[in-house]
Amino acid sequence: MARRIAIVSAMDVAGESVPQVAVRGPSWDGRFTVLILFLPPALLLFTLFVVLPIGEAAWYSGFNWNGFGKPTNWIGFDNYRFVLGTRAFWLALRNNGLIIAVSLAIQLPLALALALTLAERFRGAVALRMLFFMPYILAEIATGLIFSFVYDGDYGLVASIWRSFGAEPPHLLASTDTAMLAVLIVIVWKYFGFHMMLFIAALQSLDKTLVEAARIDGATRSQALRHVVIPLLYPTIRLSVFFAIIGSLQLFDLVMPLTRGGPADSSNTMVSFLYNNGISRMRVGYGSAIGVILFVICVTFAFTYKRWFMRDE
Amino acid sequence: MSSAETTRTPFDFAVPVKAVFLAVVAIFVLVPLLATLLGGFKSLGELRVNPFGWPAHWEWQNYADILFSGRYWQLLRNSLIISTLTVILTLITASMAAFTFAHVRFYGSSMLLSYLTLGLLFPAATAVLPLFIKVRDLGLLDTYFGVALPQVAFSLAMSVLLLRRFFKDIPHELLEAALVDGCSYIKFFRYVTLPLSRPILATVGTITFVNSWNAYLLPLVMLNTDALYPWPLGIMIYQGEYSSEWHLILAFITLTILPTIILFLLAQKHIVAGLTAGAVKG
Repeated sequence: MARRIAIVSAMDVAGESVPQVAVRGPSWDGRFTVLILFLPPALLLFTLFVVLPIGEAAWYSGFNWNGFGKPTNWIGFDNYRFVLGTRAFWLALRNNGLIIAVSLAIQLPLALALALTLAERFRGAVALRMLFFMPYILAEIATGLIFSFVYDGDYGLVASIWRSFGAEPPHLLASTDTAMLAVLIVIVWKYFGFHMMLFIAALQSLDKTLVEAARIDGATRSQALRHVVIPLLYPTIRLSVFFAIIGSLQLFDLVMPLTRGGPADSSNTMVSFLYNNGISRMRVGYGSAIGVILFVICVTFAFTYKRWFMRDE
Repeated sequence: MSSAETTRTPFDFAVPVKAVFLAVVAIFVLVPLLATLLGGFKSLGELRVNPFGWPAHWEWQNYADILFSGRYWQLLRNSLIISTLTVILTLITASMAAFTFAHVRFYGSSMLLSYLTLGLLFPAATAVLPLFIKVRDLGLLDTYFGVALPQVAFSLAMSVLLLRRFFKDIPHELLEAALVDGCSYIKFFRYVTLPLSRPILATVGTITFVNSWNAYLLPLVMLNTDALYPWPLGIMIYQGEYSSEWHLILAFITLTILPTIILFLLAQKHIVAGLTAGAVKG
């Protein structure tokens, strides 16, 4: 009883505090109902499953804990010391760097060239766009399995090509020298179409009169391309680079069917390193420390990148 | 496909160079896919000597065995349940939140929105161990919801941004008029906003579906029972069992990616729009 009175009086107070709004349009009562009904589900889910686990990862990373019972064995920053002292961690970080390098040096120019070609209208252009985009929507697991067949030393496509030259086929995924290279090729295969679509979308919304003006003023095609079109695409290029880097830091599913991060950790990414060393062995403290490091890398990168390169957008 | 169309636009290199370039990339994309499809029709022996070409003898048995096994359909059913749950819950919670952010002015609105968009900055994997413990403590381990709810939470950021941008384009005068006429916010949302927003709901629904359908890490961590596995987990186990019987594995891969390809052909507009939507500012 007392409780109901309290609620009623609280609403009265709320009603009194904004009388003008109630007269002019949306009433506070109406807004209040929406706020308490519409926001909490999303905020609750987000807080519970996204934000809290990040905070908890920071807390758990101070313990040596297998996930059962309560964490009691506090070891301070030892988990971070262990992670940073592992060769496999630095290998994984290097591999993420390699993925980014390949994305920038090969995937991005390829995607841009294709977009410039396919943004024009000719028969088959749309079909080719769709074909090139298709690898992007396939599950990474399926892609990884398809390519573990392609690379298979006994039955695979690569082996068959090798044999036709009379050479002994290599087992690309089983060698520390070639495993990461093989993964990098699959990454380009799977993701170039996405970046191509970004560029096509940008090219289609581009102001064509600028290009025409340049041509009328006597610029050659390649000059118009270099000095007009590409500069107009800079925002999209920056965005594409952003996605490539974030994507590299998340990469996991693709690696599992191909190599599981092996052999000898040579093809781990940060996330597969986290999986192999933290999750699959239920080393919660150690795995959380890796997670926190990855989180710090992602957030630092996202903020600096936004500040340095995407300020104007 | 040469002369007339290609001369119109100001930047193209020579036509043959372009054609060769496109053909090489098309072959690069197509060969692994076609080899997978055709490999499923070969015997293991033939696959070894002829992985590229047309099958000399079509082995329909490989595909038939999988299609008539309960296993394939159970995997698809599990994936379908998890993805559908994820899509429905994402659409409901994200559209309600996006409506509030778009149309209701309140103190802290922009702060809460930035809070939600934090979710775009880091991968789900970073906190997957604490997430596992949370799901376990909630008693949701080894259930469909144990996978679907975290997936919803992680898709909220992007979904809310996309929906809010669309909702904001619905004229505010419309809302004000409706409110003056005694319509509530909730009724306006239900009878005006949602029906007007079908295209963006379809786009958000399709991206969420594809992401959930293809997801591997979360189900891998949250599910322990084979009977609940979605197809990406199931196919990894299948590959483990038939380790070098590639003809069967290839048939299985083909059948599991078939739904994705069909969905892509049916809804390509929404998929392309949705997956490249981050490009246009949120």
